[in-house]
Amino acid sequence: MTAELVRGQNHPLSQVRLEIRVSAGRPVTAVATLGDESGKVPGVEWVAHPGVPTLPGVEVSRQAAADHRLAVDLDAVSAAVHRVSVLLALPAGVGGPVSFGAVAAPFVAVTGLDGTEVATYTITGLDAESAVVALELYRRQGAWKVRAVGQGYAGGLTELLTDQGLPQAQRLASGINDAVVQSLARSVPAPPPRTADGDRSRQAAASALGPDQSGSPYGAQGTQGGAGPYGTGQNPQGPSGPGHPAGAAPADPDATQPTPQTPATGGPIDYSHPRRQSAAPPPPPPTAPPARPGQPARPVAGDATGWSMEERLYNQVWGMFEDLARSTAAYRSAVDFADTRMEKELDQVLSDPRSRMGGQGDAAREAAQAKHVQLVDQAREALDRDLVQLGAEADVVEPALPAAYARWDNPVWHAYRVPMEMPMAVRLGDLHLPESDPLRIPMLVRLPLERGLWIDSGRSGSSDGSFADSHELRRLAMESAVAHTARLLAVHPADEFTVHVVDPAGSGARELAPLVRSGVLAAPPAVGAAGVAAVLSQLTERVDLVQMAVRGGMADSLPPGFDTAQQLLVVNDFPHGFDDRAVTQLRYLADEGPGVGVHLMMVADREDADSYGPLLDPLWRALLRLTPVPEDHLADPWVGHAWTFEPSLVPPGSQVLQQVLAQVAAARAKY
Amino acid sequence: MTKGQAISLQKNDGGSLTAVRMGLGWQAAPRRGLFGSRTREIDLDASAVLFADKQPVDVVFFRHLVSDDGSVRHTGDNLVGGVGQGGDDEAILVDLARVPVHIDQIIFTVNSFTGQTFQEVQNAFCRLVDETNGQELARYTLAGGGAYTAQIMAKVHRVGGGWNMTALGAPANGRTFQDLMPAILPAL
Repeated sequence: MTAELVRGQNHPLSQVRLEIRVSAGRPVTAVATLGDESGKVPGVEWVAHPGVPTLPGVEVSRQAAADHRLAVDLDAVSAAVHRVSVLLALPAGVGGPVSFGAVAAPFVAVTGLDGTEVATYTITGLDAESAVVALELYRRQGAWKVRAVGQGYAGGLTELLTDQGLPQAQRLASGINDAVVQSLARSVPAPPPRTADGDRSRQAAASALGPDQSGSPYGAQGTQGGAGPYGTGQNPQGPSGPGHPAGAAPADPDATQPTPQTPATGGPIDYSHPRRQSAAPPPPPPTAPPARPGQPARPVAGDATGWSMEERLYNQVWGMFEDLARSTAAYRSAVDFADTRMEKELDQVLSDPRSRMGGQGDAAREAAQAKHVQLVDQAREALDRDLVQLGAEADVVEPALPAAYARWDNPVWHAYRVPMEMPMAVRLGDLHLPESDPLRIPMLVRLPLERGLWIDSGRSGSSDGSFADSHELRRLAMESAVAHTARLLAVHPADEFTVHVVDPAGSGARELAPLVRSGVLAAPPAVGAAGVAAVLSQLTERVDLVQMAVRGGMADSLPPGFDTAQQLLVVNDFPHGFDDRAVTQLRYLADEGPGVGVHLMMVADREDADSYGPLLDPLWRALLRLTPVPEDHLADPWVGHAWTFEPSLVPPGSQVLQQVLAQVAAARAKY
Repeated sequence: MTKGQAISLQKNDGGSLTAVRMGLGWQAAPRRGLFGSRTREIDLDASAVLFADKQPVDVVFFRHLVSDDGSVRHTGDNLVGGVGQGGDDEAILVDLARVPVHIDQIIFTVNSFTGQTFQEVQNAFCRLVDETNGQELARYTLAGGGAYTAQIMAKVHRVGGGWNMTALGAPANGRTFQDLMPAILPAL
C-alpha cells in the first residue's frame, strides 16, 4: 500500500533496493547527498550530482529533467552513511523559472524495483525557493525509513548544501549548475508550456478558480446579461489546485483531454509547429530602473515572469487586472463603511430628543457628514495613487503589446506580418470599472480557445433602451464578430486556422464582406438550411474522426490530406435555418469541439431561440458571452466586481482590417 | 515582548514601515514515557481579522488567503509545523500602505485546528518582521500557553498616520477564528 506522506511524516522501508521517482513538470536537477551520523555532509565526495552521478549505492541523472529516476541500494552505501537526502534544484541561468513558486508542486515517489509505490509526497507550499530537500532516507536502529522533508531554500543549492554542513557548498553548487546548464544547451528543451504551468508570479491568483472553473478566466458568467460573477463568489480562495486565473488548464496535463496543443503521449496527431521549439534561452526580463526614494518605481513593459516577452506581457496584464480589482475593492469597502457609519450616526441624531433643540442636531448632522466626506476622500486618494501607478504601467504596456494583444489602433497592426507561431492569448476587448475610467485592462483569453464565444445581438443586456433598435444591435454584433474572427485569423500562422461561416438568411452579408472579399474563408458563407446542414455535418464528422484517432492512437485513420488546422465556425442568426438535427450537432460541437480544435462563435439573440425552452440553456452557458456594445457583465476571479466589457473594434474609417486580411490571404495562397 | 506591551511601528529614522510579516512557528511536543520518539501532528493556524471601527470587514485565513483588497496575504496552510527548524511555518504578510483607509485594526490570532492545547506544542512563537529588510521587530512566545486551544496574539492598529503593534497574548478556545470573535472584541 502506498503511504501518501505529508511534510514531516516518515514511513518505514522494508526494501533496500529502491527507486526514487521525481516529476516536476519542468526540468530540475536531482542531487543526492550522504550524511554521517551527525547529519552532516562531510565533503564533496559524499554528494552524487550530474557531474559525479554515481556513488556506492546511489545514482542520479546526468542532466536536468522534468522526470527523474534515482536508483538507491541502501545495502551498498557505506556504513558511515546515516542519511541519504534527495535534493531538487531549478537550474539557474537558463531563463527558466527561478523559484518553485512558479512551477507545479513537485511529486516524488519511493518505489520498489518492480515499480510498486512505497511512499509518495507532493512538495507543496514552495514559493521563492529554488532548491528543496525533497526526501530523506535515514537509519533508525538498524532499519531505514523515509521522511518527507520539503524544506526549501531561497538561496538555492548553495544555501541548501551549506545548511547540510558541506564546507565547499558554494563551489560544488556552481559546479553542479554548470554541468546542468551545459547539458541543457545541448538538448532541445520543450517549448514553453502554454498549459499546465500552474501559477505564475501571482500566488493569489493561483487558487482563485475552483477546479470546476478551468474553462476560462472569465468562467461561467450569467447568461442573462446580469453581472454574474464567474469566480466562486466572495470566497474564491478555496484549497483548490494550482491553476492560473487564466484557467489555462488543469495543473496536471495528463488529466486533460488531449488537445491539439498537448497531444497524448505517443498520440498520432501532432499539431504543434515544427519550428516552434527554440533552444535559445529567453532573454532576461527588462528591469525597472531604480526608483528615487519616496517614489514608486517607474513601470516597465514586460516586468513580470515568463519565458518570452509575450508571456511576460501576458502575466503583466493579468497582474494589472488583479491589482486594479483589489484596489477598487479597498475603495468600495471604505466607501460602504463610510455610508453605513453616516447613516447610523444620522439615525442617532434623529432619535435623540435633545437634538431637536436648537442647533445641536444640525451640528451633529454636519459632523457625521464631515466624517463621511473625510473618509471617502481618503479612500479616493488611495485609489487615485494606485490608478496613477497603473495608468503609467498601462501607458508603457499598451504600446509594447504584440499584435495579438494590441488594440486595432496600435501601430503594431500596420506593421503586421503573418506570424510563424500561434500566440498564447488573444485580446477580445477591454475591461474597466466605473471608478477607474479611463484606465482599460486588455481582456486576454488563452489560445486555443477553451470555450466558444457568443456575441449577444439581443437586447437583454442594454435594457436602458439606448440600443432599442434591434437591427442596429445585430449589425454591431456581426461587426464585432468579424473583428474577432479577423484577429483570430491574423494571429495564427497561415495554415493553422480555418474559418467557416454560416449565415442562413444572408443577413450578415454586408458585415462579412471584408472576410469574403479578401478570400480568407474556407468557403463562401453557407446559406439556407442545406448550407447549414452541410457545414455542420462536415465539422461534426471532423470532431468524431479526430476523437477516434486520439483515443485509438491511430493517426492512419485520418484521411490523407486531412486539414490539421484549428477550425472556427461562425454562426449568424441562430436558430434560423436550423432543424432539430442541426441544433443537436451544434450543441455537440460546442461541447466536444474545443478539445479537438473545433471552435464556435455564435452571433445570436437568445430570444430568437426561445421556442427551444430550457433545452438550449447548456449551450448558452458553455459559451463565453461577449457584447457588441459596452456592458458590465464580466467578473474578475478575485473579488467578483462587475467589469464593463468593450469589444476590440477597428476604428471607424481605418483600413487596417482590410490590409491585414490581404496579407493573411496572400500567405494562405502559398499553402 | 510581554502581554500588553505596545511598540510603535514607526522606524527610528522617522520613515514608517511599509510591510510587515506576522510569522507563526511551532513543533509538536514529544510524548514522554514509552514510545517517546513518537510525536503527534499538531496543526496550528494563523489568521488575521481586519476591523473598521470594531466591525469585522475581512478575514485572512487558510480558506481565504488574500484579503479582497490584496493588502493582507497568508502564505498558505501548514498542517504539521516545523521539522525542527526555527523558521516560520505560517506567515501573514501585511502591506501597510495598501490597507484600506477605513481599516483601523488588524488582529492576529492562532488556533489549534487539531484540538491540542498549547501545553502540547513546543517552541511556538509568533513574531513580527519588517518585511523590507528581514529585521525582527518583536517576538512573542506561546510558551506556557496552558490548557487553551487558541490565542489572540497581537493587534496592529492605526495611531495618527502610522501603525502600532500591541501584544495581547489573550488565551481563548476555538478551532477557527470564528470561534474567537467573542474573545477578540474586548481587545479592540
